Amino acid sequence: MRFSTLQKCLLNDYQRDFPLTPCPYEDIADDLGVDEEAVLTTLKNMVDRRMVSRVGPVFAPNRVGVSTLAAMAVPDERLDEVAAFINTYPEVNHNYEREHRFNLWFVLTSANTSRLDDILRQIEATTGLPLMSLPLLDEYHIDLGFPLQWDES
Amino acid sequence: MAECTEESTMCDPRHALLLQSVQSGLPLVHRPYAELGQRIGMSETEVIGLLSEWVAAGIIKRIGVVVRHRSLGYDANAMVVWDVPDGRIGDVGRRMSAFDFVTLCYRRPRQGDAWPYNLFCMIHGKDRANVLAQIELLAASCDLTDVPRDVLFSRRCFKQRGARYAARALAAS
Repeated sequence: MRFSTLQKCLLNDYQRDFPLTPCPYEDIADDLGVDEEAVLTTLKNMVDRRMVSRVGPVFAPNRVGVSTLAAMAVPDERLDEVAAFINTYPEVNHNYEREHRFNLWFVLTSANTSRLDDILRQIEATTGLPLMSLPLLDEYHIDLGFPLQWDES
Repeated sequence: MAECTEESTMCDPRHALLLQSVQSGLPLVHRPYAELGQRIGMSETEVIGLLSEWVAAGIIKRIGVVVRHRSLGYDANAMVVWDVPDGRIGDVGRRMSAFDFVTLCYRRPRQGDAWPYNLFCMIHGKDRANVLAQIELLAASCDLTDVPRDVLFSRRCFKQRGARYAARALAAS
């Protein structure tokens, strides 16, 4: 995959400290010496191409709600069906297949514990599969974004 | 009323509204905070003020471009889990987090014999062999060579997006 200089700058240098000013994209454009339209078009294009999930805040877990990481051991032939069912809950924001006996891992976030527990019970009841809930106890990593490496040549 | 429990710092319904409207991202327009505010009856100044407060309070970890690792070529994504003695976990967690290839590092509860691991870290790499070498480096640097561990590479992504924290609170209002 090849990236333009503007794409690289936006992807790498603006994962944090996005301006909290009335015209943030214009401020970024001024910093980079391009016009605002170029910044907006490039960001929109990267969102459309699914290189960028969004431009916005990343909230700290458990500060504005509760969350848990849940894992299930799903028979391979049922994995698509179970994953699709779990995705129907708007409270599920990440859902991955992983190489392990526990092969389905998803993150659930909700306003309170009782709603979270309800959903976990519903998922177990509907799928007939036991579920392991692993809520966060401590966080050690400070999220400063992710340093990207450009190895295209 | 929006739901207000001791688990939630979003007791003001207007705050909950802003939270809900901002979590899918800022609009890509000339004055994004003004546009967000317009949707929920808040001024641009109020929106910027509240978001700044949340950053200062650590409720927001960062604001910026949220990349999709996979579509940028980082498809060797490993969740590495370790069974670290409880007395060492804080120290180990902080040491691990100092490595720039570690993107998340959490303590989570063990689940008996079924799941003996209490420390989780995430590594996003482009190449599986390289990620495995990084895990060996972590183990050696953090005195974890004798500690049980497991590596769970991701296969398919069924869903990835920002959390939707306030949806339930607002539905109850």
